[in-house]
Amino acid sequence: MEKIHKPLDFILAFKGAFVASIIALLLFGPIMGLVLSGYDYQAELQRPLIAAVVVFVGRFLFSLLFQFAQHEPRLQWMLPRKTASVWVEGEQVESKQSVRLFSAMTAITVLTLTGQFWLSVAGGVVLYLLLSRLGKRKHQVMVALVVILGLLMPFFATKFWLTVLIAALIYVLLGLGLNIVVGFAGLLDLGFVAFYAVGAYGYGLGHEYLGLSFWAALPLGALMAACFGAILGFPVLRMHGDYLAIVTLGFGEIIRLVLNNWTEFTHGPNGVSAIPPPTLFGLEFSRIPKQGGTPFHEFFGISYDSSFRYIFIYLILFIIVSLMIAVVTRLRNMPIGRAWEALREDEIACRSLGINHVTVKLSAFSMGAMVGGLAGVFFAAYQGFINPSSFTFFESALILAIVVLGGLGSTVGVIIAAFILTILPETLRYLATELPKAIDSMSDYLPSFLHNTLSTLSDGLGDIGSYRVLIFGVCMVLMMIWRPRGLLPIQRRAYHLDKPGDAK
Amino acid sequence: MTTPLPLLSVSSLMMQFGGILALNDVSFGVAPNSITALIGPNGAGKTTVFNCITGFYRATNGVITLYGREKDTNIGQIIGEKLSVVDFIQPKILLRKLYYKMFGGSHLAARSGVARTFQNIRLFKDMTSLENLLVAQHTQVNRNLLSGLFKTPSFNRAEQLALENAYHWLSVCGLADDANRLAGELPYGHQRRLEIARAMCTKPTLICLDEPAAGLNPNETEALSVLIHTLKNDYHVTVLLIEHDMGLVMSISDHVVVLDHGEVIAMGSPDSVKNDPAVISAYLGIEEEAANS
Repeated sequence: MEKIHKPLDFILAFKGAFVASIIALLLFGPIMGLVLSGYDYQAELQRPLIAAVVVFVGRFLFSLLFQFAQHEPRLQWMLPRKTASVWVEGEQVESKQSVRLFSAMTAITVLTLTGQFWLSVAGGVVLYLLLSRLGKRKHQVMVALVVILGLLMPFFATKFWLTVLIAALIYVLLGLGLNIVVGFAGLLDLGFVAFYAVGAYGYGLGHEYLGLSFWAALPLGALMAACFGAILGFPVLRMHGDYLAIVTLGFGEIIRLVLNNWTEFTHGPNGVSAIPPPTLFGLEFSRIPKQGGTPFHEFFGISYDSSFRYIFIYLILFIIVSLMIAVVTRLRNMPIGRAWEALREDEIACRSLGINHVTVKLSAFSMGAMVGGLAGVFFAAYQGFINPSSFTFFESALILAIVVLGGLGSTVGVIIAAFILTILPETLRYLATELPKAIDSMSDYLPSFLHNTLSTLSDGLGDIGSYRVLIFGVCMVLMMIWRPRGLLPIQRRAYHLDKPGDAK
Repeated sequence: MTTPLPLLSVSSLMMQFGGILALNDVSFGVAPNSITALIGPNGAGKTTVFNCITGFYRATNGVITLYGREKDTNIGQIIGEKLSVVDFIQPKILLRKLYYKMFGGSHLAARSGVARTFQNIRLFKDMTSLENLLVAQHTQVNRNLLSGLFKTPSFNRAEQLALENAYHWLSVCGLADDANRLAGELPYGHQRRLEIARAMCTKPTLICLDEPAAGLNPNETEALSVLIHTLKNDYHVTVLLIEHDMGLVMSISDHVVVLDHGEVIAMGSPDSVKNDPAVISAYLGIEEEAANS
C-alpha cells in the first residue's frame, strides 16, 4: 500500500458535513417533518433529524474517502478529473480495457433479453476476445456485429422485450434528432417534443382525415416536422442560450396545448385512436384485415402470431435508425455539419468567414425536427393511439437527458444513453417481478435470515418504476461529477492529404 | 498617398453608441496590394472602424465601399440599412433594403472579399486546425446535401480541393504539423497564425488583421512580418492592420492612418507620421497648446 503523504483533514470533512446536514434539515424539514392529515397537520420532527444525521454521516465519510483517494493511486478513478473530452482520431490506436469490458457487458445484457443466460455470457466473452484481437478493422467488425445482432434480435426476444426495444429505438431516433440541434449546432432546445408530436399527429390525423398509410405518412410526417422546425427557427434566430431555451420550451407547450384544446380537429385529450400499424406491400399483420389487404399469415399460410406485428415494426424501425445513424455520421464530415459545429463554437467567427448563420441555424433546426418527426410517426404506428399527454415537457427533458448523458455531439454516446435510460427502468421493473420468484425458489437452500432480508429487498424493488426520475437525477449528478462532457469522449476526424481516399 | 482608385474607401464614417461618439468623420482609402496600418492610442476607435468595414457594426453615417474584383460593394448597404420615410415612394430602393434586411448581414461582407481576424482570438477551439480551415471554405465547397450524403465525384473533388487548399495555407503559415490538432490546444502564437490562415482560406481581396502581434515574442513578431509580406507579395492581398507594436508597423506598412478620439489625426507614409506633432502629442500625452506652440 502507498504511503499517505498528507493526514486526513477531519475538520474540513466535519465542516462540509455540518453545512450539508443544515441544508438537509432545511430541505427535509417541511417535506418530511410536516405530515398533512385532512386540513390539519402533524409535526414529526424526528424524521428530518434522522435524515439530516444520515446526510451528515454520509457527507463526512465521502469527504474522508475522497481525501484518501487523492493519495491512493488505485482509487484515483473516484476523483473527478479533467480528461480530454475531445480527441482526434489516430491518437488512440489501442482500444482501452474499459471500452472492451463495457462492450462485452452490453452484449451480455442485450443477449440476456433472449432468456438464454449461458448463450449471452458466451456472446459477451467472444466479443471481449474479438475486440482485443482486432486491430484496425475493429470499427467495421463492430458495426457489422451490431447490425446482425439487431436484425436477428426480434426472432429471439420475448414480446415484452421487443416492445421495450421498440421504445428504446424511438428514443435513439429522438436523441439523434436533438443531438443535431443541441449537440452539433449548440442551440439549447427544450421543446423538442413538439416535433415528435407533429410527426405522431401527422400520421394519426393524416390517417383519419386523408386516409394516409404508414408509408406515406413517414416522409410526409418528417417533412411536416422539418417545416415546423423552420417555423420555430425563424423567430429565435437572434437568441442564444437561456433565452432560446425558454422560447423553445414555450413552443413545445404551445403545440401540446393546441393539440389538447382544438377538440373538433384533434379530439383533445381523447386523442386519436385506431392508427393502423405498417403493412408490408399491402400485407397486414393483424388477425383480421382492417385496411383492406390480405393478412400476412394467410398469405404465407402460417399460423397467426400477435408478435409478427411488433417484429415488423421493430425491423423497419431498426433499418430507419441505422440509416439515420449513417446520415448523422456522414453529416459531421460534410460542409453543413462542419458549419453547425463552427456555429456552436463561435457565431461571430462564422459570420466573418461568410457563413450565413441564418440558414445554418434553420437547417439544424429542420434536420433535427425531421428526425424527431420520424420518431413521432413510428410512435403513433406502434402505439396505435396517441394523445397530448405523451408529449409533455417531461418527455423533452428526458430526450435532453439522453443527449447530455451521451455527450453533446457524440452519436455513439447518445445511442448508448438512449438505451440505458429506456431499458434500465424496464429491466428494474422486470427484476422486481422476477426476483421474488427466484428468491422463493431458493428458500430451501438459504438460511432463513438471509432469505428474509433478500425478500424484503426485492419487495422494495416492487415500485421501482416510480423511482425512475430519481434514478435519472442520481445518474445526471454522478455524470456531472465524473464525466461532465458525456459518457464517451468526442472523436474528431483526422484528415490527411497523402492518402487520396481520405477526402471522401 | 492613396492611388486614384483605392481598393477600399471609407468616407465620413460616423459611429454613435448612445451618447458616445466613437467615430467622427473618419475618411481614408486603402490602395490595392498595399499594407495599411491603423494606429492610435487605446480607445481611439480602431476596432470600431474594423467592425464597420467587416459589417459587424452598422455605421451611423458615412459610406464604406469595397472596389472588388468583380463588382463594387457598399458595405453599409449589404448589412441592411435603416428604412426611411422617403423609401416608401421609391419601391426599388425599398425592395432592395428589405431584401438586405432579410438576407443581408456581415457574412455578405465576408463574401464580397473582406476577411478578418480578431483581437481576442476566435477560433473554433474544439475542432482541429484543418477543420477550422475547411469551415472557412464553406462558400467554395459543394454544399449540396444529397451529393454530400452519397459522396458524388463532384463532392469528393470539391472536398479534395478544399483539403489541398487548407494544407497549403497551413504550410504557408508554418502550421503543417498542427493540422490534426485541436485548435484550442495550440500554443498562442500558432493560434494567431491559424486565424490568419483561416481568414486567407476565404480567398479575400482585403484582409483585416486586428492586433496580429499582440502577445507574440520578438521572434514570432519577426516571422509575422515575413508572413504579412508574403501575403502581399505572393498572394496579392491587400492588408489592413491594427497594431500597437510600432517597430512592426513602421517596418512593414506602406501607409499609416492615425486615429485619436474617433478622428483621423494624421495619415501618410510611416516616416511622415512618425514625425507628425499631432501624433506625438496623442501618443505621449502632451497638451495641445504645448504641441502647437
